[in-house]
Amino acid sequence: MRRSILTAATVVRSKNSGPYELTLDILFKDRARFELFRRRGVVTRRRIAALYRRPAADILKIVYFEPSNALKITMRRPIPSGDAGETDIYGAQQHAPLLGLTY
Amino acid sequence: MTAPKKEFRVLSATAILGYGFPEASFREGLRRRPHLIGADAGSTDPGPYYLGAGKSFTDRSAVKRDLRFMLTAGIRRGIPVVIGTAGGSGARPHVDWCEAIVREIAAEEKLTFKMAVIYSDMDKARVRRHLRKGEIVPLSCVPPLTEAVLDESVNIVAQMGVEPIRKALAAGCQVVLAGRAYDPAVFAALPITLGYDPGLALHMGKILECAAIAATPGSGADCAFGRLRGDSFVLESPNPKRRFTRVSTAAHTLYEKSDPYHLPGPGGELDLTGCSFTELPGGRVEVRGSRHVGTDRYWVKLEGVRRAGFRTIAVSGTRDPIMIREIDPVLAGVEAQVRDILRAERIEGRIRFHVYGRDGVMGALEPVKTVRGHELGIVIEAVGPTQAAADSACSLARSTLLHYGYPGRISTAGNLALPFSPSDARMGEVYEFSVYHLMPLARPDGFPARTVTVRGGKERK
Repeated sequence: MRRSILTAATVVRSKNSGPYELTLDILFKDRARFELFRRRGVVTRRRIAALYRRPAADILKIVYFEPSNALKITMRRPIPSGDAGETDIYGAQQHAPLLGLTY
Repeated sequence: MTAPKKEFRVLSATAILGYGFPEASFREGLRRRPHLIGADAGSTDPGPYYLGAGKSFTDRSAVKRDLRFMLTAGIRRGIPVVIGTAGGSGARPHVDWCEAIVREIAAEEKLTFKMAVIYSDMDKARVRRHLRKGEIVPLSCVPPLTEAVLDESVNIVAQMGVEPIRKALAAGCQVVLAGRAYDPAVFAALPITLGYDPGLALHMGKILECAAIAATPGSGADCAFGRLRGDSFVLESPNPKRRFTRVSTAAHTLYEKSDPYHLPGPGGELDLTGCSFTELPGGRVEVRGSRHVGTDRYWVKLEGVRRAGFRTIAVSGTRDPIMIREIDPVLAGVEAQVRDILRAERIEGRIRFHVYGRDGVMGALEPVKTVRGHELGIVIEAVGPTQAAADSACSLARSTLLHYGYPGRISTAGNLALPFSPSDARMGEVYEFSVYHLMPLARPDGFPARTVTVRGGKERK
């Protein structure tokens, strides 16, 4: 049976990393869940690109950060912060598509 | 250089100057006898407007309140006070705004001290010289700078490293008010001068600059305390309600960064690949292994914005299920009609609808394409080259949408609920980021600085 990210993570968030990038963090409850999630290879460039309807080339980095049992995904912002068409200056409400991840 | 044996203690007042802190936390921080009181005052997060307009995104009375605690404690106890990215964006108008607040406090509290005011504004001619030599490098996802964009840009600032702050402190300044500064530099400049490891000093600064956001429960409005040692640093909360944990501290290392292992800054990067976070009793965390790796040339980040026009908005909503079902063709129809009228009237202006309940939050990134709510919020946005043009476009879009006849319409008295009278609000100037590039700097301490003696508010050079 596949598990929901909501049972494995304590934090799922998004934020600007400067005005031109958006960065998504998933912090896992413990090392075991972090390792299992990583082993399952759930998060790939293609998967994130599909979730956010962006080209795969816009998904810049996927980094597992062991000191905080965390996964970080950094992507190109669809438009720079504050440019015409902006919806979220701080980029703090772009995490929801991740909440449907299972592993 | 051998590492100093004594510890160097730092009190970080708050995450952003003006966000506040409980007085009890600050007093407890002082009881721990800090060698430095600091606060970072800036961020690009609130968007391009504040840098362009020369305004602070924090409230003046809130900044004054925080500064009053910091200055009175620092001056009376002989502890240096360092403020980075004064005024929120760190360009000249922001720094001068903050300096005026410092002078008011000095007059009211009868404080006399030597202060350095460091500007970080970057002359366009200088940027252009580097641009022509191919030495202006765009950061990730940023288009290359052109001379045309440079010409349009205003308030270009360079993010200073520790060097100008070190210079000011070495000259005996008790207060340093810095323009745009690398956030950790506020906290790392003095200990680096005293011989502490730059990697540890900067990493500690990186965490302290957000103060209690890195603790748990996190808060943007509380103090944090750091103890820098020869081969490690320790973080602790002066507020007994909070503690630092391995996870809260390491998690903060991720915050607002593209890559948690490599954090670039002026003149080099922090390499955290060999970093360890260890919990100590009493809600403290000890960090080891942070390294600073310098680059051959010293690069600084430039930030600048250009004006994109003026904005007027109207907030509205709809509760009609037929209108909600037809929302996409309705808005497309209104937009086309408004565009034609504006063209005929020779008014330059663009309108846009922010539709809450559809994709108002995520825009192009929104994966959910069906609208399920029983009501929609619609923010009408108009941007034009003048405020009058934006007003005209917004007014026209609002009235057109209000009375637009769409297929199946049975609510014929008006399509919108408008919560306010007046319905339209002027938002003023619109800016967008135009410069976010690296430039080499021959002299990292060569930022123009003024040293003044503040005497109860009166200055003598």
